[in-house]
Amino acid sequence: MEIVGQLQKQYVDFINSLFREGYLDDQYVQLQKLQDDSNPEFVVEVVSIFFEDSEKLLNDLASSIQQQVVDFKKVDGYVHQFKGSSSSVGAQRVKNACVAFRNFCEEKNLDGCSRFLNLVKQEFYLVKNKLETLLRLEQQILQAGGTVPLIE
Amino acid sequence: MAKNVVFSRLRRLEKNERLEDDLSSSCDSHEVHVLAVDDSFVDRKVIERLLKITSCKVTAVDSGRRALQFLGLDEEESSVGFDGLKVDLIITDYCMPGMTGYELLKKIKGSSTFREIPVVIMSSENVLTRIDRCLEEGAEDFIVKPVKLSDVKRLKNYMFGEGREKSQDRGFNKRKLQETSPSPSPTSSTSPEPSSDSSSTSSPSKLRSPTSLNSPTRRFKTSNHK
Repeated sequence: MEIVGQLQKQYVDFINSLFREGYLDDQYVQLQKLQDDSNPEFVVEVVSIFFEDSEKLLNDLASSIQQQVVDFKKVDGYVHQFKGSSSSVGAQRVKNACVAFRNFCEEKNLDGCSRFLNLVKQEFYLVKNKLETLLRLEQQILQAGGTVPLIE
Repeated sequence: MAKNVVFSRLRRLEKNERLEDDLSSSCDSHEVHVLAVDDSFVDRKVIERLLKITSCKVTAVDSGRRALQFLGLDEEESSVGFDGLKVDLIITDYCMPGMTGYELLKKIKGSSTFREIPVVIMSSENVLTRIDRCLEEGAEDFIVKPVKLSDVKRLKNYMFGEGREKSQDRGFNKRKLQETSPSPSPTSSTSPEPSSDSSSTSSPSKLRSPTSLNSPTRRFKTSNHK
């Protein structure tokens, strides 16, 4: 039981730091609320879809920006999608980066778009890493026979 | 940290009780069937779960086109008296490639068979003119994304819960509003919002969480700009 207690503390400290540092926002908590015994893998499923979706979007973004003639509307469309999905899972920093990115799309500022694509990419891989760690911790708690603390 | 563990156990108990309340309140023979439309896989997954957890049957499709096909409204397919599951509510994203949620809304409201089905629009952009357009076209409500459990619960309650009589009244008022020239709806208990030039970020949380009579969406409906 001591192990469970330790793991739970680790989990709580970690997830609180993610909220504090803005990686995750309340929407993540909303997702957790939707998980229960009838659907115990819900968060993992949604997050996995988000990861897959995002990789594809990042590729699409990269190629659309590398075109001879950049179609800024198209780029904006991708960023809009990315903003939506990141917002739906609570990936706050990614979402914020997307919001700023869209401004450059509107201004047809290629340099800004380039820079912000890199930023969005960075933020995505950061939060991906954090979420993977978080979900791994959850797994460990469950495997040790404990329950995952719900943060409000 | 033991406190957190206890807290989480209590919350789960509380949550299960609430779930049971939801189930018992919708113990009519007919389970509410919602058609959810969203091009985003992530959002579809979330809205599907949100609806299921509030005891709704869900059909989730990824485009307006597919929604129309499901309803049997697609012009290209012959709608041979499509007798699928009756749809009680359509909830659709606004921004979609191909057919937007707004266009889907128009198609549905333009159909004699399906115009009575309430349509709710979801959007990440909290833009007053957009909201207004949708409401004027007959949308029941407008939810700002990301959608939360409280949004869906509230929606279900005032549309299919105890608020059912009220929704009939609302239907009446809505029609009345459309017949007469724009005038304040008798059900809105607060003065109309100023015209759409006001900041689009004003009280976004209110837009997200309407109550049956004081719905801020109704307030937007009463604005006289055009």
